[in-house]
Amino acid sequence: MRLAYLLILAGCLVGTAPLEIFLHTRVYARWLRLAATLAPIALTFGLWDVAAIHAGWWHFDRRYLVGLTLPGRLPVEELLFFLVIPTCAVLTLEAVRLRRPDWLIGDEPTRR
Amino acid sequence: MSYTDAAVLGVAAACGLDVLLLRTRLVGRKAFWTAYAIMLGFQLIVNGLLTGLKIVRYDDRAVLGRTVAFAPVEDLAFGFALALSTLSLWVWLGRRAAR
Repeated sequence: MRLAYLLILAGCLVGTAPLEIFLHTRVYARWLRLAATLAPIALTFGLWDVAAIHAGWWHFDRRYLVGLTLPGRLPVEELLFFLVIPTCAVLTLEAVRLRRPDWLIGDEPTRR
Repeated sequence: MSYTDAAVLGVAAACGLDVLLLRTRLVGRKAFWTAYAIMLGFQLIVNGLLTGLKIVRYDDRAVLGRTVAFAPVEDLAFGFALALSTLSLWVWLGRRAAR
């Protein structure tokens, strides 16, 4: 099942989509802020992953991968992981904020 | 260096980012811990699938050997570091925009 890993990631996006659609977390709506968050995270953790793969800490079963490999022997699914999971994290935090508006996160506009 | 060392370093670095560098101080906020508790539940499922189906396999020499839902305990630290650094950055960017 070469789509296995990809399907798990797709499941994460599908599973959290209701937060954006029905709860109106406005995370995808703020795509520029999301992209600015994801870029350094995916780069840092992607490099960590490359180092770990080279050190032999973990390896992937190719039978579950689509077969697209990035420089550093990084399966494309791993890079997608570091884009998908952080997106889910942001969606979760914004959903908590919507349900508990009095729990401040720290980015609320300052009153003047 | 093992995955164990790197995972501990990752948590320390994420806390440093949150508390000292970006000063978002999410580790002191109820909203963060609530969101993290929810994420942890789903991490166990996703991680359990990735390791349970053996999509990813770990070298015994790089980990302590203790597992939670098929995955090495180190993954919990790694996941925490990923969540905290991501959310710290997200909040910091929003704080800058709000000013």
